[in-house]
Amino acid sequence: MLQELFVILICAGIIVSGVLAVTLRGLTAAMVSSGLASLFAAVSYVLLAAPDVAMAEAAIGAGLSTLVFLHAIRRTSAGKED
Amino acid sequence: MTRVWAAVIVILFGVVFAGLALGYSERTAPSDLALRYLEQVPADLGAANVVTGILITYRGFDTLGEVAVLFMVAASVGMLLSGSASPAAGSVRPARPPSELVVNGAEVVLPIAFLFGAYVIVNGHLSAGGGFQGGAVVASGVVLLVLARPAVVLHHGFLSVTESLAGVLYVTLGILGLFLAGGFLDSHILPRGAFGAFVSAGAIPLISALLGIKVAAELSVIIDRFRN
Repeated sequence: MLQELFVILICAGIIVSGVLAVTLRGLTAAMVSSGLASLFAAVSYVLLAAPDVAMAEAAIGAGLSTLVFLHAIRRTSAGKED
Repeated sequence: MTRVWAAVIVILFGVVFAGLALGYSERTAPSDLALRYLEQVPADLGAANVVTGILITYRGFDTLGEVAVLFMVAASVGMLLSGSASPAAGSVRPARPPSELVVNGAEVVLPIAFLFGAYVIVNGHLSAGGGFQGGAVVASGVVLLVLARPAVVLHHGFLSVTESLAGVLYVTLGILGLFLAGGFLDSHILPRGAFGAFVSAGAIPLISALLGIKVAAELSVIIDRFRN
């Protein structure tokens, strides 16, 4: 019961950070929020007994892709307005 | 007019997903296919981790395809970004030095991250993880390194050679499977060994290690291309 509640909370976290990633004005903040959605997804995979997928999601979704986007933001003109 | 179409599309998606969500019923027992894999992987391959056993042996060709896709991404990123390696002076702001927290944190976390990545790679047949996941963990260690020390230079030639060698050996092991065992990428070319031992499960640890090296090198090159 407690675990189900926790899973639901984590999944709500995925949705909230996903919506934030779309609505936030600052590109950097939006990107961090999108990485947070991946991190919540990774935690939910662990809770749902899929540690293999969770590892890949945490490393690639939350780590690498966020970094690549942040670099892209910094290198394009959009980053200069912040 | 655009809004009307958007509303129609949203409603259509809603109908589709409502059907999925309403038809959901929790499975209380594994399906026939899952049962078959759960029994066959430990008995046939000798791998305690069923997921890695499936990924590397039964679905070995798919994994090779995934790595090939990653290789093509790395190659195209290199092709697109290498031309603009030195942008016009003054167009890029001087990067802020990394904060003290990142620098000191990296000194503590980096060795552990690399060690954990190596552990995940070589223990793929025993515990959760495998070559792909471990390679990604090592590459996120490289990300941290690059963030903490912006001046660090990654040797692209070394990474490319390592990655190509790992790829060639991976395919060679696969072809060996054609002659010594049941087919391409069959892991029975090496003895099965004792179940649960570090050296066991045929060629799975070897393939997993090559996969991990290849993935880590490719992702590191991609990261470094984006950095400058």
